[in-house]
Amino acid sequence: MAGNDVERLIRLLSKLPGLGPRSARRAALHMIQKRETVMEPLAEALSATAAAVRICTTCGNIDTSDPCAICVDPRRDHSVICVVEGVGDLWALERANAFRGRYHVLGGVLSALDGVTPEDLNLESLMVRAMAADVSEIILATNATVDGQTTAHYLTDRLADSGVSITRLARGLPVGGELDYLDDGTLLTALSSRKPI
Amino acid sequence: MEWTDDGIVLSSRRLGEGGAIVSLLTESQGRHAGLVRGAGSKRQRGVIMLGNTVHATWRARLADHLGTMRLEPAISRTNMVLDDPVRLAALASAAMLLEGGLPEREAHPVLFRATTILFDAIAAGTDDWVEAYFGWEVGLLSEMGFGLDLSRCAGTGATADLGYVSPKSARAVSLVAGQPYAEKLLPLPRFLVGGRGRPVANHPATDWADAAQLTGHFLERQVFPREDGGLPAARGRFVELLLRRTTTSGVLSDRLPDSPEDA
Repeated sequence: MAGNDVERLIRLLSKLPGLGPRSARRAALHMIQKRETVMEPLAEALSATAAAVRICTTCGNIDTSDPCAICVDPRRDHSVICVVEGVGDLWALERANAFRGRYHVLGGVLSALDGVTPEDLNLESLMVRAMAADVSEIILATNATVDGQTTAHYLTDRLADSGVSITRLARGLPVGGELDYLDDGTLLTALSSRKPI
Repeated sequence: MEWTDDGIVLSSRRLGEGGAIVSLLTESQGRHAGLVRGAGSKRQRGVIMLGNTVHATWRARLADHLGTMRLEPAISRTNMVLDDPVRLAALASAAMLLEGGLPEREAHPVLFRATTILFDAIAAGTDDWVEAYFGWEVGLLSEMGFGLDLSRCAGTGATADLGYVSPKSARAVSLVAGQPYAEKLLPLPRFLVGGRGRPVANHPATDWADAAQLTGHFLERQVFPREDGGLPAARGRFVELLLRRTTTSGVLSDRLPDSPEDA
């Protein structure tokens, strides 16, 4: 139906998250039809990013510089480190624009099922960072799942001697959430974590 | 093919973007896995968590297919233990023992009921949930065909003052008969044999450590041999946390701080 190169493009696109073979075909067709305005700039951006992208040796973030822009930003609060599971979580917190400290990306969570052990995570550099004199708080922003919280408890143990304050994100009623649609466990957590108004 | 049953979530592995292969322990179907579409959705994420009980409907064209599952929430337990590292580790340990040791699609209704009782106790944090956990491990061994004989002493036939278990025969040995071989035998904690065991330990953690060693030995020998990787890491972490975090009064302490002020 299409040439080898086009088929290869479709095959590669279909491996991207959110795209299947049909949507990859549509995306490829769209790019081919808008070759100058979409396809060529996209190819350049892909090539440039592939050449420049790095993992920050300080925090594990993805950026084109090492240390990353967040780590070297002098306007950020260097006394607080927010520990996240992955770069996607870091981006989510940055989108919310609610946190002005620095991050530490673990690169996963401990998982008995998948055989992920502490040695597989970016932990040792966190221990070193926690010992720095200017760090006073570490926020454990791991997911509220069994693996996420197991990792948080493990980190709490490991950081116990560092002398820094260890906190975690709140759990409970989501913004815009309706009580009627919440599961029992979330309701229970929301009730037990209630705050005076 | 179709069945409907209640099941305890043992594990969930993501498949593709929104799906997951979920493994359940059900009463009539045993350990059974199936594909759950939309497992990553907001509605399902809080339901498909290890330790929760769900109403499951499984469908497949042929019986030996993986099939798809539809899950509805029944009992939510995980949220009640997320802040308690020891109870969370206990839940994970029990789930991993079942996931790694129990054959698939083989009904174990007694084990299902025992697991439900255990998980309820862990979620509620009852006073005796640790004893219940190790009692459950003894029951798990029995369900898998490797039961311990704790009814009488293998040497004298005595039914009282049982203090040890032979690591080879898995049979109880009385305190008197086992004393000369104490170093070679496994200590039998009192709570596993009711009032027929050794005197009360000075510290509950002593009994718990003995129980962990006892069931761990037989689980490793019969179900999780070292050459195949040994006991699940989650079980080791639970035992380590349990014994390390036990205060002198025997009360489990330590928790993640709730707020910066608590830290």
